[in-house]
Amino acid sequence: MNSTLFPEAEIDEATLRAVDIDRSAGDFSYPENHIYDAGVGLSEATIDYISDVKNDPAWVREFRKRALKVFWDKPMPTNWATKDLENIDFSKIRYYLSSGSTPARSWDDVPEEMKQTFERLGIPEQERKFLAGVEAQFDSEAAYSNIQKAVSDQGVIFVNSTEGLKEHADIFRPWFGKVIPTGDNKFSALNSAVFSGGSFIYVPKGVKVKHPLQAYFRINSENFGQFERTLIIVDEGAEVMYMEGCTAPKFTTSTLHSAVVELVALKGAKIQYVTVQNWSNNVFNLVTKRGIAHEDAEVKWIDCNIGSRLTMKYPGVIMKGKRARGEVISIALANNGQHQDTGAKMIHAADDTTSNVVSKSISVGTGRSTYRGQVHIPKHLKGCKNNTECDALLINSHSRTDTYPAITVRGNQHATQHEASVSQVSAEQVFYMQQRGLSEGEAMSLSVNGFVNDLVREFPMEYSVELKRLIDLEMEGSVG
Amino acid sequence: MKLEIKDLHVSIGDREILKGLTLDLPKGQVHAIMGPNGSGKSTLSKVLAGHEDYTVTSGTVLMDGVDLLALPIDQRSRAGFFLAFQYPMEIPGVSNANFLRAALQARLPKGQPIDAVAFYKQLYAKMDLLKMDRSFTARSVNEGFSGGEKKRNEILQMAMLEPKYAVLDETDSGLDIDALKIVSDGVNAMRSPERGILLITHYQRLLDYIKPDVVHVMADGQIIKSGGAELALELEERGYDWLTKAA
Repeated sequence: MNSTLFPEAEIDEATLRAVDIDRSAGDFSYPENHIYDAGVGLSEATIDYISDVKNDPAWVREFRKRALKVFWDKPMPTNWATKDLENIDFSKIRYYLSSGSTPARSWDDVPEEMKQTFERLGIPEQERKFLAGVEAQFDSEAAYSNIQKAVSDQGVIFVNSTEGLKEHADIFRPWFGKVIPTGDNKFSALNSAVFSGGSFIYVPKGVKVKHPLQAYFRINSENFGQFERTLIIVDEGAEVMYMEGCTAPKFTTSTLHSAVVELVALKGAKIQYVTVQNWSNNVFNLVTKRGIAHEDAEVKWIDCNIGSRLTMKYPGVIMKGKRARGEVISIALANNGQHQDTGAKMIHAADDTTSNVVSKSISVGTGRSTYRGQVHIPKHLKGCKNNTECDALLINSHSRTDTYPAITVRGNQHATQHEASVSQVSAEQVFYMQQRGLSEGEAMSLSVNGFVNDLVREFPMEYSVELKRLIDLEMEGSVG
Repeated sequence: MKLEIKDLHVSIGDREILKGLTLDLPKGQVHAIMGPNGSGKSTLSKVLAGHEDYTVTSGTVLMDGVDLLALPIDQRSRAGFFLAFQYPMEIPGVSNANFLRAALQARLPKGQPIDAVAFYKQLYAKMDLLKMDRSFTARSVNEGFSGGEKKRNEILQMAMLEPKYAVLDETDSGLDIDALKIVSDGVNAMRSPERGILLITHYQRLLDYIKPDVVHVMADGQIIKSGGAELALELEERGYDWLTKAA
């Protein structure tokens, strides 16, 4: 294959081929085969159904019901966000679908059609090659869940959230819903009411997990809402990298994906959370992600948003302890008809904390990108630093991009820096590349890859290769 | 085997720029087009490459018998037509090496990967010839390049893509004498019985280093005189007036 991203000094052809993941074929689905279906619409009965099926402890059932009330009370955030949110009809969504099987530890035990799905997405292959553990979710529940023995022997826990809250309640419960309270926003409340699936990870003190843990979220059913809930707790001095991928088939009706992800990095811990999402363009992707970094800890979000009809996602870091660091590296590609409304929240809550936000968005055709950033440094602190860069690339004149930075810095003992740029792929640039033999699509692709090149280097190699491929596919499809 | 331009009429908007231009560039030869500003020299290069701002109203261009004007821009390139731009474009974030690789990859059948080792071997050899530093491969295409570096880069691309016919549009402009020598050496190394080269230039100076087989004088959208290398010297001495008036 042809890499436009890397000098060969870094990656040779054989490696590139070896890690190439064919995910272009995300657009397929198998017939639904659900034993458990909460039906269409949302009521207290839906919650009871989910709690019954999942055999929730009483505290979880209560948590869900309180959350449902909060969800109903909260207005849609259409005063600042897009009106497209009003097109979500909560009464037409199915909130829980599962086959009733428990997650298999071996791919051989995964029900055939789910197994085929994940094989087509390349998950078992990736697991063999470079992962320390995999969780593969199919609609509402995990179909497969496995962690390398060497890693679990170190005391690392990697299970789905259902198992986490039951089997590891002593660690799970104190942190659950603490980083992102139920009432944070309407969609975090919705997730809190109907959550199912997602990962629970605990890394004990001092353990540095060498290889990434990966979760894969697959939507297979129409009119469905996927509400996974992920909680990652990394104890003092420990380190982990977690990667998630997501796909859904192209249904004609809309699908809702509304996750809540909470990260806790205790003293000196390091968490890297990598997302490469490639949703089909009927998915409303409304996700709340936030981490707390204690003293000397680091939380880094590396986020790549491709696809979906509307994505609203602003990963945040609360730097709670001294010298904590927060980082958001994000790439968003808004193709025809899509709206990527993304950004970052950096809340400085201790002295000498540092945050960095680098966001690059690409708008193609009628695609629209919005950056919203919040940086908060209160007056009583000293020595806080923030750097924010947001760059937008526009491809053709219909594209639209907006930047809404909100930087609140009080006191005079801090350093902040904000840079923004908007550039365009010009017709003359494309002509130049075409004159060298590239098709229009290849030329666009190359420009886009060039634009995000410095950020892609931040991704783990396996994902950066895939990311380039996804960009190529998007760009090929975007020109006549 | 030749690049055969016959009675070419080209307009931009409703303004006619090329008014019946006829020129044959046989393989194995180097031709130069000289002419005053506004005579249509750069228009000719862009039309041959397929720039969509220009409309061909009549005439034909055959490249080894193939109707060049019927091909899309990228196919003209892959069929063997190359244009060294007067103002090469910058492509931020895309390294020179990756750009050339992508261009060469586009010439291979789908699914056939480029031989990376052979590619680098060839690239380094051509860069040495053009006295380009190795660090150049990792720099973004033309970004932050000096005028001379951009022109050298055009010649490098030509050397890597090995076209059948190449048009060099004012490749000498903006070059100091050292850079001019290096670029000329690069072009001379490309002279071959398998290749036709068309130099578009204002100045005789370039032709001291790249000796053309034929010199054409262009004025008001037409070739008004053709001759040997000595014609360029005569132009240098007498200017264009004696010709344009005669025409």
